Amino acid sequence: MTATTLQPAINVLPSKKTPIILTVIAVITFFSFGLLGNDQAAHFTLNSAGDAFELPELVLPGRITNIVFGVLLLAIAAYSWMQRKQGKALATWMIAVAAILFVLGFLVWVVSGANINSISLASLLAGGVVLAVPLVFGSLSGVLSERAGVVNIAIEGQLLGGAFTAAIVASVTQNAFAGLIAAGLAGAVVSLVLALFSIKYVVNQIIVGVVLNVLVSGITGFLFTTVMQEDPELFNSPVHLPVVEIPLLSAIPVIGPILFKQSVIGYLMYLAVFLVWFGLFKTKWGLRVRAVGEHPKAADTLGIKVNSIRFWNVTLGGIVAGIGGSFFTLVAIDSFTKEISGGRGFIALAAVIFGRWNPIGAFLAALLFGFADNLQVILTIIGTPVPSQFMAMLPYLVTIFAVAGLVGRSRGPAAAGEPYVKE
Amino acid sequence: MKLELRGISKAFGSFYANKDIDLTVDDAQIHCLLGENGAGKSTLMNVLYGLYQPTEGQILLDGKPVEFSGPGDAMAAGIGMVHQHFMLVPVFTVAENIALGAETTKAGGVLDLQVTRKKIREISDRYGFDVDPDAIVEDLPVGVQQRVEIIKALVRDARILILDEPTAVLTPQETDELLDIMRQLKANGTSIVFISHKLREVRAVSDVITVIRRGEVIDSVSPQASTTELANLMVGRAVELNLNKAAATPGAAALEVRDLSVVDPAGTTTLDSVSFTIHEGEILAVAGVQGNGQTELTEAILGTQPVTGGSVKLAGEELVGKSVKSILRSGLGFVPEDRSVHGLVTQFSIEENLVLDLYDRPPFGKGISMNLEAIKKNAKEQIEGFDVRTDNPLNPASSLSGGNQQKVVMARELSRDLKLFIASQPTRGVDVGSIEFLHRRIVAERDKGTPVMIVSTELDEVMELADRIAVLYKGRINGIVPGDTSREVLGLMMAGVSQEEAFAQAEYSKADNEPVEAQPASEHDNQEGEAQ
Amino acid sequence: MSEKAPVVPDSGKPGNDLLRQITQGPGLVSVLGVIVALVIGGLLIAVTDEKVGETAGYLLAKPSAFFSEFWRAATESYVALFNGSIYNSTQGFKPFLETLTVSTPLICAGLGVAVAFRAGLFNIGAQGQIIIGSVLAAYIGFAWHLPIGLHLLLVIVFGLLGGAIWGGLVGLLKAKTGAHEVILTIMFNYVAVYLIDFLMNTQAFRRPGETNPISPILDSSAIFPAIPGSRLHLGFVMAVLLVLAVAWMFKRSTVGFEFRAVGHNPEAAQTAGINVARTTIIAMALAGALAGAAGVAQVAGTEKVLTGGIAGSLGFDAITVALLGRSTPWGTFFAGLLFGAFQAGAVNMQITTGTPIDIVSVVQSLIVLFIAAPPLVKAIFGMNRKKKRSSKLEPTKAGAK
Repeated sequence: MTATTLQPAINVLPSKKTPIILTVIAVITFFSFGLLGNDQAAHFTLNSAGDAFELPELVLPGRITNIVFGVLLLAIAAYSWMQRKQGKALATWMIAVAAILFVLGFLVWVVSGANINSISLASLLAGGVVLAVPLVFGSLSGVLSERAGVVNIAIEGQLLGGAFTAAIVASVTQNAFAGLIAAGLAGAVVSLVLALFSIKYVVNQIIVGVVLNVLVSGITGFLFTTVMQEDPELFNSPVHLPVVEIPLLSAIPVIGPILFKQSVIGYLMYLAVFLVWFGLFKTKWGLRVRAVGEHPKAADTLGIKVNSIRFWNVTLGGIVAGIGGSFFTLVAIDSFTKEISGGRGFIALAAVIFGRWNPIGAFLAALLFGFADNLQVILTIIGTPVPSQFMAMLPYLVTIFAVAGLVGRSRGPAAAGEPYVKE
Repeated sequence: MKLELRGISKAFGSFYANKDIDLTVDDAQIHCLLGENGAGKSTLMNVLYGLYQPTEGQILLDGKPVEFSGPGDAMAAGIGMVHQHFMLVPVFTVAENIALGAETTKAGGVLDLQVTRKKIREISDRYGFDVDPDAIVEDLPVGVQQRVEIIKALVRDARILILDEPTAVLTPQETDELLDIMRQLKANGTSIVFISHKLREVRAVSDVITVIRRGEVIDSVSPQASTTELANLMVGRAVELNLNKAAATPGAAALEVRDLSVVDPAGTTTLDSVSFTIHEGEILAVAGVQGNGQTELTEAILGTQPVTGGSVKLAGEELVGKSVKSILRSGLGFVPEDRSVHGLVTQFSIEENLVLDLYDRPPFGKGISMNLEAIKKNAKEQIEGFDVRTDNPLNPASSLSGGNQQKVVMARELSRDLKLFIASQPTRGVDVGSIEFLHRRIVAERDKGTPVMIVSTELDEVMELADRIAVLYKGRINGIVPGDTSREVLGLMMAGVSQEEAFAQAEYSKADNEPVEAQPASEHDNQEGEAQ
Repeated sequence: MSEKAPVVPDSGKPGNDLLRQITQGPGLVSVLGVIVALVIGGLLIAVTDEKVGETAGYLLAKPSAFFSEFWRAATESYVALFNGSIYNSTQGFKPFLETLTVSTPLICAGLGVAVAFRAGLFNIGAQGQIIIGSVLAAYIGFAWHLPIGLHLLLVIVFGLLGGAIWGGLVGLLKAKTGAHEVILTIMFNYVAVYLIDFLMNTQAFRRPGETNPISPILDSSAIFPAIPGSRLHLGFVMAVLLVLAVAWMFKRSTVGFEFRAVGHNPEAAQTAGINVARTTIIAMALAGALAGAAGVAQVAGTEKVLTGGIAGSLGFDAITVALLGRSTPWGTFFAGLLFGAFQAGAVNMQITTGTPIDIVSVVQSLIVLFIAAPPLVKAIFGMNRKKKRSSKLEPTKAGAK
């Protein structure tokens, strides 16, 4: 009756999701973009105005390119099925290669099928970075608070509050930097409300976040009508932050405009990404923050003040997002309008998740979303077969796939969303 | 360091979890706090560690009164604590976990883990811990995680170490290793407060045993006190180990489990080709140290745990692959091991909890409508029948004491005609009065002819209820023995000794009348601390 | 710890606090929360009022003028709000009919959020569910031409179905992959927004000869009969019936029992044989259907056409309605009426006093915040002196430091 035969541990195979997705995109690339695609060539220019030297134009025949890409993708997909059989997951870099091939294939397909078969890759990327700036700041705010265990749905409100305050302060003081600082403070105020209600009064963090977005939208909308529109000259003509070109470097094709031809906020973005990453993963502060977000009770037993850390992190996140919000009114757009952030706080939230709560991951995800956003604009101009609305949906669809675990498993901080109350 | 607690009381509202407790732990002493679950041991230690503020009383270290506003203060004063549920961040490395809260940094707050790694290696070498500073904690076995906790305390120069139920999650070997570590720590001058309710371990390692019951100190005794004496002190009355149940009259085979296996998501085999049969009208008790596959076994039968192989037949009908609902429908009564997580919706009323798995069948439910009158009537009957102490069946289940909550679960599961009854830890955290009541109910169900399976980590309970005993060890059945098998044999089997050898060893030790520790080294000698 | 403090035998899980916060709460605090929110809204109105600003200039010279203007500005708006939503001397109680009209979709969508809450799900996706519901309902309404009775019935059925699909998809993804419904619903909202934007630019949905994205008017057979002289339509009765149905479901049906069990404790529900995945999918689909009903009320009742902005901010208002109504059916009903009155009255307020409608969002969100944090309201009214001692134990130092 006793069962004594020792069975070898049965291997649990990795999820089928990755191979399935890879197969699907390979098939799409091969058939839809390739065989059924347009045979015209797609032209990609790499230069923009002011570049130091000329790069040749990239000309890719639509059908052939995608058939080649499709074959490569099919090979990767087949390899990932084989790997799965052996109980191994596909290397991350292979997934990245597949993603890049798919995106390029898609680009070649739309451009070759468009009315104008040429787009500027340089301005596509540079414009994408510009659109990504508020997303990056917003997602850093999300990373900062969620790493400490507070879910931040209020990024949208923080961006909007920052945009509004920056506009009004930069108008009244006629000083863009005053606007920048005020925006940070405004974001902090939104955060303080989030922190007060979710930490001190232990109100569900998602409720506070959702309601805060409505509140900020209401207050800024109200003040926009009652104050700004009464005297737009005085209250809604913000001085803008200049674009600072770094000599020589900014003339490098493609990367010059991205890295060395930015507004102050653009440069701040790169700095902020690095600082948050370095702070979270290399310093004592970061160790404590992550501990609080993962296992607050453990942190507490080591004498770390859990709620204090959470409080300050949420506030810091607010400052960062507020500065990001000022990008709308101090750089991108002439003046404040209602709902100027237009839901970008939620895309930033998506970037947090897609970037797996890592500042660099979130940064890359935000870039991707900014790029998609810009692509949508450009594609509308050149007249492609894909309705622009579907391009606009892309970040959201990608996020749905990401959280559904189709793009690897994203595991957030274990204690995010859970208030910490001592017994 | 010498620790004194003077007149410590800790009240939650009007309830005193600790009342007027005096306790003195001498330098380099292993002092055991012995008491049942819920006696107030952990509360007392949380007070000592600064997690709770005492309502009254004083803590003295080396004669000087101290006050802790948080664990940070306690640590600074030289007190370290290993919690029963480890306070480790699972995704951090060992070094990160140990550095946390006492980080060494370079300029600008930049973390310097080299210093921590060096300290870990030092301590690890000194005590033979074999801990890799760069391993991720969640990948480590439980026993190693516990060592990380101990290192954490030692790195902080803890001179008094509190170990809260440290052996609950350990295998017998790991338990023995831990007891050795405790002796070594003591030899190095560390005082240890050892919290446990396991008599044998306590007697093996303690210098002094203080018994706590219902939040008060009952007595301090020496480890030479007999097991019965300690048990009586702990429980507060002569422990009657005899239920006076009639002999079983087993009928036909009812539940047949064949080669049942479960592999967890991490790929570990938690249940390994388990086979056994339960007949009508008998109680099969599954004994074993916690975490040897008991949870997986019961959940696999219930259908909440996906199985990787094997079959479960109830009255000839295959259960594997069926939904939980249809398995319950085929006549299974199931009492889960953790009532507040799996057995009750604590926010629901007692009334609703009494129909939690019956709500959609007559007389309580028909189609999608429910009969509230029938539910009310049922509640009244069950509350009376099981003597559930409450003034209103509409109160939430959370308002009940542990024992009464367990009665609600039992009442519900026994309120229908059963073809099989499974109860895990049927009396965990239940007051003594209710234990006897619940045991009688279980035996009564057996006497109705129902096959019964009891899973318990408490050997006393197993021996009291079982007609036959199956011992689970590392996910496998290490033998099925008669209900009157001796404690020694069961202990050895729970430690992994094979059935034949366990009987042989028990015979030998009885004949020799010697403590097992003194036996000549054998293949299994490192397991005998638990066996004794 | 091996033992818990016996005063809290129900340690529960943190997730349960959400339900407790939403479903329980003293009535007095709710009323006081509403008052505080209204007062803050009044202050905001007064502070930004032009005349108040002028009198503030000579505040020291003539303080009485300042304070009377301040009072005027704040109260004038609220009086206008009341006149536009409940009663005024020229129209009598006719404005109340408008309140009921505006409340109808709020109640339906609020129920959608509330049902999900009860099943432990946070449905931020009412917005998208309303959109998809109204798209389907409107299409049946203008593209199909059916007999009276049947037509409206099909409009309702397809509206509910549209919402149910959009909500059910989220439930399905959550049940099968464990993805968090908050993120999913937010993303589904945006997908719906772009989807309707796309559809409104297609032949099938664009009204012939129209350059603006607006659909044909729904057939008269597809529209709720209305009370002559007002916009109030039979959709309100549908909302009331839905409230009754949801109330019955929670109290007396096995489905409601399953929702609540899964919402409080999915582990125990699973052990009791309840299929948690299925319950999640059904709950989200049902929540979506209720939100879809709001879409039906919009296209087949109030608006009679489909536009890209058909859902307005209904989906987010619905969250505040459900929260204020503590996720009970009748609570949601009355919260829907209250917020409906705000929104109906705000139109009149903007016309007569120039106070922007946005003030309603401010007041609504403040109400929800205050009601979610009773200790704050109590502190404002000095009600928690007795409890000070126990609250000292709370780890609230972080806020103070």
